[in-house]
Amino acid sequence: MTVVGNPAVTGVGRPMMGGRRISLTWVGAVPFLGYVAIFLFLPAAIIVAGAFASEGGLTLSNFANLSRPYIVSAIVGSVILSAVTAVAGAVLGALLTYAIATGNPRGTFRRVVTSACGVLAQFGGVTLAFAFIAAIGPASAVYIYLSQHHIDYYASGYWLYDLRGLEVIYLYFQIPLMVLVFLPAVDGIKPQWREATDSLGGSSWTYWRYVAGPLLAPAFLGSMLLLFANALSAYATAAALINQGGPILPLQISNAITSEVGLHEPGFAKAQAVVLILIVAIVSVLYAVLQRRTARWLQ
Amino acid sequence: MTASVETTPRAGVEVRLEDLTRRYAGVTALDGLSLTMAPGELVALLGPSGCGKTTALRLLAGLEEADGGRVVIAGKDVTNVPANKREIGMVFQAYSLFPHMTAMQNVEFGMQLHDVDAPERRKRAGEMLDLVGLSGHTHKYAVQLSGGQQQRVALARALAIEPKVLLLDEPLSALDAKVRSRLRDEIRRVQLEVGITTLFVTHDQEEALAIADRVGVMNAGHIEQLGPPTAIYSRPATPFVAEFVGLTNRLAGVVKGGEVEVRGTRLPLVKPDSTEGPAIALVRPEAVSVVSDGDMSPGPLTGSVISTVFLGATSRVSVDLGDVTVLAQLPTSAVGAITAGTKVRLSLRTDPVLIARDEKAATEA
Amino acid sequence: MSRSRRAKLQVFRVVTFVLFGAFFAGPIWFMFEFSTRGIGENSPRTLDAWKAIATYPDLVAGIVASLELAVITSIGVLVVLVPTMVWVRLRLPRLRRVIESISLLPLTIPAIVLVVGFSPMYQWLGTNFSDSILTLSLAYAILVLPYAYRALDAGLAAIDVKTLSEAARSLGASWPVVMWRVIVPNISSALLNAALLSVALVLGEYTIANNLLYPNLQVEIVSVARTNAGTSIAVAVASLLFAFVLLVALSFVGGQRGGRRRTRERLVQTFGRDFSGGTR
Repeated sequence: MTVVGNPAVTGVGRPMMGGRRISLTWVGAVPFLGYVAIFLFLPAAIIVAGAFASEGGLTLSNFANLSRPYIVSAIVGSVILSAVTAVAGAVLGALLTYAIATGNPRGTFRRVVTSACGVLAQFGGVTLAFAFIAAIGPASAVYIYLSQHHIDYYASGYWLYDLRGLEVIYLYFQIPLMVLVFLPAVDGIKPQWREATDSLGGSSWTYWRYVAGPLLAPAFLGSMLLLFANALSAYATAAALINQGGPILPLQISNAITSEVGLHEPGFAKAQAVVLILIVAIVSVLYAVLQRRTARWLQ
Repeated sequence: MTASVETTPRAGVEVRLEDLTRRYAGVTALDGLSLTMAPGELVALLGPSGCGKTTALRLLAGLEEADGGRVVIAGKDVTNVPANKREIGMVFQAYSLFPHMTAMQNVEFGMQLHDVDAPERRKRAGEMLDLVGLSGHTHKYAVQLSGGQQQRVALARALAIEPKVLLLDEPLSALDAKVRSRLRDEIRRVQLEVGITTLFVTHDQEEALAIADRVGVMNAGHIEQLGPPTAIYSRPATPFVAEFVGLTNRLAGVVKGGEVEVRGTRLPLVKPDSTEGPAIALVRPEAVSVVSDGDMSPGPLTGSVISTVFLGATSRVSVDLGDVTVLAQLPTSAVGAITAGTKVRLSLRTDPVLIARDEKAATEA
Repeated sequence: MSRSRRAKLQVFRVVTFVLFGAFFAGPIWFMFEFSTRGIGENSPRTLDAWKAIATYPDLVAGIVASLELAVITSIGVLVVLVPTMVWVRLRLPRLRRVIESISLLPLTIPAIVLVVGFSPMYQWLGTNFSDSILTLSLAYAILVLPYAYRALDAGLAAIDVKTLSEAARSLGASWPVVMWRVIVPNISSALLNAALLSVALVLGEYTIANNLLYPNLQVEIVSVARTNAGTSIAVAVASLLFAFVLLVALSFVGGQRGGRRRTRERLVQTFGRDFSGGTR
């Protein structure tokens, strides 16, 4: 049945406005979009706007306050911690990835190990901190046993409870994350390239130097960047482990929210958050660029 | 588009595979395979998947180690020499090229590994790419080249280091049909021009018959027949070869007195001393002729045409004899008015035939 | 590959797996060890630390709260996401990339950053509506969003939503019936996936709860640790075991169609790129 003429008669039940139809189908997306607007975009807006706000109005004083020594040292501490665990995690993770990739691609062992990496990459925070305290802390069986045999690895201080301890503990999730992110690239290396290098007279060294190395370099660097951003954003493990001081930026942010200071300077935490998210965003962009290069060669 | 190469065509070297065996996981991939390749010869190893042809090639290349036997290149026993010291050139079925290098860089790579200096490398790589007809594509990466072009670069790369043997592992199998026949002829042209001893592995009989000096038909780890393409095709030595290469009619018959009686016709045997009794005669379609006039009374060789397939100079006619379908291949001019449904009478040329005993004699083609 | 090269490779693999295996299994093993210690040297293993859990009312409250949060969050996310994703597939295909990008956004925003924005919101919420810990589920839904989205996306991609719903509608089904009796049963494993991932995440969450000053499970574990390390580690081990059981269940649930490989890929996808830092 065709309805000719008056457009207001078509589409029973649909409101008309100036001849154009407003589709009710958009309503279906409202709950999701509304929810996300309130609980994702609103906090983001609060952070960005609040970073520039103070009692009087718009200001850059919150950002200026970032030059306070304890903030600067926290940023430096964060960067160093993230860089160290990114590099160490990348190198160690690459070794583990290679060991996994050279096994049977459809075997059970590989499936189990990859799933384990999936779990471990998420494993963090409080439980991880306590696991290490139980494993190598001052009350641990390992420490007690070794110190009974005159090996006191806390002789120069309880390094487990500061940045040095974090550097070790973070590896627990950095290495599995590296495996998860780097493994697809390593899988993309075709056996024919090794065999071609062999047939052309190459050795293991020349293979890695001229073929596999250059091919995997973008993926390796990209994964390392991901690890860097991951460590930079981590909060819970450090919070559970370090009781005073704030040697890394996330802890400083936490102080700024929950402390007295925070009440007087509401924009301060927000400015710090902006700095953190900025670094993470830059790293993400670099990662995306490197990913594209990897995909071109190793897909 | 072929420039003649600066190098003088080298006389190739002799390559011998002696009694090679290879087993893995309880499966015997190669069962005492022996093959001698004359200098400059192109030998094709032809067979179904799993017959061991690729294993033989990989043992020759040194990419795998034999459980028994020897590999001798130019008189030197290289069985215990690793792949990178055997002076071989190899082209793979797929993923031949290094994706992060241009065509030129790919071709130069082998020379780089041999410490050839840059200007010499560049010159020779240019010549090689010329030889395979890709002089305009030197700065392209693998993703920018078609499958056929990639394989040409792979060929140039393999030859650039002046290897003693050229090994091709199903180089055309991953390509489109159109590209395949052109590239096949290109490979043969280059091989002849350079004069290098070459082993070419394939499962496509047309390829093998078209370009090889000799063809080795392989089955289950050993060579069933080794000879020039014409011999393989018209004088197959075993039922497997007869059925793997070309088309074959399987007709039930009885062996008696040095001949086999098939549907009323007596045909001589390739092996006259075959044991007597029921057997399957293997008859080539070209040995079957078809007439549509004359005496059409019912008999063992009369039936009706199912279809005719026009193949150009020849045509293939399939005829339903009631209990079996027979393929005949005739010059198209002889087909005349024969179409589907026409009543015809067949006659079998009295060429010697092979017989098979088993219903399941030949393996998959 | 030549025999000598293969042999060297195998040695490398064995050594690597043993060393890394020890590094990763060690701390977990020692958590068990620590939490089952008796008092005094050479005393036998005991579950006293575990039994003591019940004697910490705050701890028990934290466990209960986290469990409730886990349930509320996962149900809530599914209730919002599933109809939206189905609707977008059926009626608003152009919105699909937008929804996907938004849903994956929380992966790139650290939780410690998010909570800075949540803080004033929750202060307002606390004074004007409710300061119950259960309001955390509103924030947790955002954290959980990327994982739930990916799981549901995989499940919906495997069935032809359009055809199924049109068939049902042509038979006279109303939209609620289409959703509940046609679509949902066919994505049951994806739903379960999404729910399990959400539960695992919520149980392990510390950052947001701690900075908004709500005493959830992980927060309580830390505070109990100050007085009784053994008990807090016992709870930590328990939550770890629980998460592990969930993920094993996940791998079986995903095992129906497409098999374990798809689940592994899903796990890789899901866990591969995340620095929201919620549980770290």
